[in-house]
Amino acid sequence: MLALLGASPALAAEPPVVRVGSKSFTESYLLAEIAARVIEAAGEARVERKFGLGGTGITHRAIEHGDIDLYPEYTGTLSHVILKDPSLASVAAIRRRLAVRGLEVSGPLGFSNTYALAVRREMAERLGLRTISDLARHPDLTGAFSAGFLEREDGWPGLRRHYGLRLADARLIEHALTYQALASGTVHVIDVFATDGRLAHADVRILRDDRKFFPDYSAVLLARRDFVQRLPRTWARLREALEGRIDDRTMARLNGLADVEGWSIPQVAGSFLGETATGVGEGRARIRELLGLTLDHLALVLVSLVVAVALGLPLGILAARSRRLGQLELASVGMLQTIPALALLCFMIPLFGIGKIPSLIALILYALLPIVRNAYAGLISVDRQLLEVAGVLGLDGRERLWRIELPLASVSIMAGIKTSAVLTVGTATLAAFIGGGGYGTLIVRGLALDDVGTILAGAVPAALMALAMHGLFELVDRAVIPRGLRKELARSV
Amino acid sequence: MIVFERVTKRFGPVVAVDDVSLAVARGSTHVLVGSSGCGKSTILKLALGLLAPDAGTIRVDGTPVGPPTRAAVARQIGYVVQEGALYPHLAASRNVALPAEVQRWPRDRIAARVEALARMVGLDDATLGRYPRELSGGQRQRVGLMRALMLDPPILLMDEPLGALDPVVRADLQAQLKQIFADLGKTVILVTHDIREAVLFGTTITLMTRGRVVQQGTFADLASYPADPFVSEFIGAQAPPPEMRRYWP
Repeated sequence: MLALLGASPALAAEPPVVRVGSKSFTESYLLAEIAARVIEAAGEARVERKFGLGGTGITHRAIEHGDIDLYPEYTGTLSHVILKDPSLASVAAIRRRLAVRGLEVSGPLGFSNTYALAVRREMAERLGLRTISDLARHPDLTGAFSAGFLEREDGWPGLRRHYGLRLADARLIEHALTYQALASGTVHVIDVFATDGRLAHADVRILRDDRKFFPDYSAVLLARRDFVQRLPRTWARLREALEGRIDDRTMARLNGLADVEGWSIPQVAGSFLGETATGVGEGRARIRELLGLTLDHLALVLVSLVVAVALGLPLGILAARSRRLGQLELASVGMLQTIPALALLCFMIPLFGIGKIPSLIALILYALLPIVRNAYAGLISVDRQLLEVAGVLGLDGRERLWRIELPLASVSIMAGIKTSAVLTVGTATLAAFIGGGGYGTLIVRGLALDDVGTILAGAVPAALMALAMHGLFELVDRAVIPRGLRKELARSV
Repeated sequence: MIVFERVTKRFGPVVAVDDVSLAVARGSTHVLVGSSGCGKSTILKLALGLLAPDAGTIRVDGTPVGPPTRAAVARQIGYVVQEGALYPHLAASRNVALPAEVQRWPRDRIAARVEALARMVGLDDATLGRYPRELSGGQRQRVGLMRALMLDPPILLMDEPLGALDPVVRADLQAQLKQIFADLGKTVILVTHDIREAVLFGTTITLMTRGRVVQQGTFADLASYPADPFVSEFIGAQAPPPEMRRYWP
């Protein structure tokens, strides 16, 4: 299926598609949007934006799997995390090693987004902190680090060994929230990027890496070789437009425009490329985007719900028929539910790549439990005598199921489907983390940009859709549940 | 003709039916009477093939009842239980029509049959359009009877069909049922815990306790020649007070 999608541009008359990905933080979004615009301007291909995929793991798997053609990466990440060979110092060395994986890297874009440690300026002055070595004298301080930094060998674990550091506590925090945590005084040390747009505005001091631990994080574009070979002119245009064009200060300024000044990603990218960055058309573009995301989200919910009902109802019937099988079935469906939704989505990536298909599969698995469990509960609670009488009246097993058991269980079955529908509207917002689209796209972007407005732009419509779903199912109930049972229900309340 | 030959049915350690023999002649009404838990309902379920006996044989019109013949035997039988066992999701008329719908009767034939049965038990169209929840106990009982008679089976098995009804409705329905049995010439086994009801319906009465048959015969036989002190005790316990004795049959 995915292979077919990949091959289709060569067969169809439509222009070829370049799928540009990004990780889920501001700088990655910005570089990806800039690259996307350069590709569009080159005129050879259409761009599909798959931004905000997640961390290095997900994003890199996506390019290896062929779900995206291109994304911005850093030399330090390539050597330490992806190739796991810290001795690879130059871009040329990295390029040779990536060639065997079918990947290509551009030259450095000009800036190096290395990790750094930051503390509040007031505290730095009070304690005389200037370098990371100085931290070793203060084991009573606490740190809060973003996910990548806390676990990566080129992050906290390696840094701690290199400097012989001890902190009273080193906990995990969402990257977008590190500055707030530091400002609130609940933690003393955070990890930052050297090009972070918020640095200029925050009252912090960067601790000098006096013993040269952090590797170079020069930004590059990482691309699939099949894309480079398919569209060599576009690739050349990208390298020409971006290599050596963005220095540390420029990148920090661009990040600042997005993170602090509240510009949208397209606005910042446009301003960098010298396009006029006016607000004209922005409002309409936003509405168009929201409409597109609504359709996207609705499609995710409805498709997964229909499939979950088609699977869950027979499973519920089967479980009610054989108690032992039923227990096994309910236990395994229940177990699926204990996997955090985001983890379930991530498990899908090695199996199905990124995008709609793995999102749908995860949503279907997640939607199953309420449907199966309610169908089972509804069916086993049907009065035994009513079933015995059905046999005497001449109904065979199938007629009994359709004429008696399912209608009598319909109240419970519909309640299960309704629960599933409302849950799925919420869970579907997570699909955006693996490129599945929908309202989550805005939530992921808002989280990455630390922009509450954008988060709400995704979260509020999702909540409204959940409400609408609830209302819709009240109507469906009226159509599906027999009148004789509805009165019974009203009376028992 | 329904024949039980030395039939035993156990539920785990409990012997629900213990070596019971019965013979119900075609067109007659036979009443199984006894206090609750004596095994009388189990006998009906055995006759329907809903339960399989541990020992003995059951024949309905000469056919031994068992898994291969169960469906064929059930077609000969109408089954009425207490409260009617109506399907709450179907209107009364649909409950009645259900067995015929399954047999794929044409719609007008179903309508005609439902109308005829409604006239017989005295229910009007409006009542038949209601759902079981909206009906009184007596109405539900009549609908249950209509459903059992829908395919005009030669045999009726009735499990406490008039239990849970208030006395006035009950007396009314008793009289009506007796008339229907006589008019239609059905073979009937009726289960009740009420000796007065047994007397009213039964040409033959079987008195049971703890799964065993204590005595079989007419009410006169049971009253005049009790086989066992239990028989007199059972009849006596339900006999009316002295001043009402003249109403006692």
